[in-house]
Amino acid sequence: MDVVNSILQNDIQEKDPRKSTIVNKDAEIETDLGTLLALDYNALNLKALKSQPEEYLRSLTRDNVQILINKIWELPVERVDEVIVAKLPKQEFILPRARQIPKAKPLTKWQQFAKEKGINTKRKSKSKVKWDEELQKWIPTFGYKRNKAIEQKEWLVEVNNEDKAAENLFANAKAAKEERKSKNELQRLRNIAKAKNIKIPKVGLPTKEHFADSQQLSQAMTIARTSTASLGKFQDRLPKEKDAKGIAKQVPGMKRKAEEVPRNLQEEKKRNTNLADNILKNNTKILREDFSVPKTKPAKAEKNKKKGKKAKGKEIKKPKAGKGERNMRRKVGGRKRR
Amino acid sequence: MKRLTEEKTKLVLEKLTKYIGTNVKLLLDRPDGVYCFRERKGRVYYVSEKILSLASMVNPDKLASIGTCFGKFTKSGKFRLHITALYHLAPYVQHKIWVKSSAEQQFLYGHHISKSGLSRITENTPQYQGVVIFSTNNIPLGFGVTAKSTMDCKYADPMATICFHQADIGEYIRSEDSLI
Repeated sequence: MDVVNSILQNDIQEKDPRKSTIVNKDAEIETDLGTLLALDYNALNLKALKSQPEEYLRSLTRDNVQILINKIWELPVERVDEVIVAKLPKQEFILPRARQIPKAKPLTKWQQFAKEKGINTKRKSKSKVKWDEELQKWIPTFGYKRNKAIEQKEWLVEVNNEDKAAENLFANAKAAKEERKSKNELQRLRNIAKAKNIKIPKVGLPTKEHFADSQQLSQAMTIARTSTASLGKFQDRLPKEKDAKGIAKQVPGMKRKAEEVPRNLQEEKKRNTNLADNILKNNTKILREDFSVPKTKPAKAEKNKKKGKKAKGKEIKKPKAGKGERNMRRKVGGRKRR
Repeated sequence: MKRLTEEKTKLVLEKLTKYIGTNVKLLLDRPDGVYCFRERKGRVYYVSEKILSLASMVNPDKLASIGTCFGKFTKSGKFRLHITALYHLAPYVQHKIWVKSSAEQQFLYGHHISKSGLSRITENTPQYQGVVIFSTNNIPLGFGVTAKSTMDCKYADPMATICFHQADIGEYIRSEDSLI
């Protein structure tokens, strides 16, 4: 009886203009809830489409949307403030994109530093104007009007120190500002270079990357000082600067300090023994410690070597011409002749 | 007669350590008197204190040689051992090669030692180690450098070179004029 009932019900439903939520399709409709997408692969009813295109398309769309909504109802549903809400799953269908997804902007050096140190860099919204007590008016935070206001404000500079009285303090302040501006510009350009991975020459004092040890630094300094046309004769020395050791040969005009002559043979012998000790201590190349382990594997390894050599020989084979046969399409190695 | 500078002494001692290793100290620190290195015309001489004082009597222009000539500095500044140093190397050397009596002559004519001429070799000799070559009855014949380690020697074919020739006592006759 149940079967008969269900069939009858279906029949009634099909005739009913207010269609039910159950939709029957020949082929299953593909849906992607993440993008609220439904793809209908069923063949169109061409007869109906031609006779009543509007009606047919509307009913088809209704059916498909119904299926999509049915699927949404299958999801876990919540009630938030009298509204029923379902959370859509992640999208499966990959929407084609006209352009690339924009990359995140690379952080500037300061931003990176702030992030590492946990400094909050988010600025509170700054008002465009600020009340100035002295001038008794609103002054913009930037722009030409601000500069004018500051000029008004700082028409006089107090001199606390008598030594500084002679200096032009206005010019000093202007120069300091220029300095700050150019520093900021340098940092801006450096950040751009960093973001685009461009190598720029380092400025400032040499670091450990330039010179591994102090001896190298002093050598470089000596060579730089003596690299003038007059071999550094008129170059001032830095305070406490001394000539680097051990480069007398390379630097013209630099006198080599003569070795101290040993007073007697005993001292010479002592020196020589010290030297021998140093050589034995340092030179691992001369004395390979571990003699027990053979360096190369015998027999088998040699065979392999020979094979390897043969293969190599083929690779390096000298390019030959066509050997009398002319074939324009064949690619031949060798020098390009013009 | 010049004293060797420190750099040059270092070159000489480094070369010697290639053959006699730590025994180089025994050459410098001898119980029978003080020995030192002296240089003249690029040759390096190993002289005892006594002979050195005697040599000071001789006009240096006329002096042909004193003590033992160990070798010379090449024009490119490297130090090369001469066969005359063999007398001092042979007792202290750490790695030795003995050649068969049949191959003795070949070596004395300045050829490398092939495996067929090899009679014995010190165990655990590494490759490119300075060695002194002895005859079967323990007479030092010269020195050279191993082309193969002891382990590799076992598997080498008979014509393979085991040791590169550097100097041999045949040079006393062959290159008599250039030795000193």
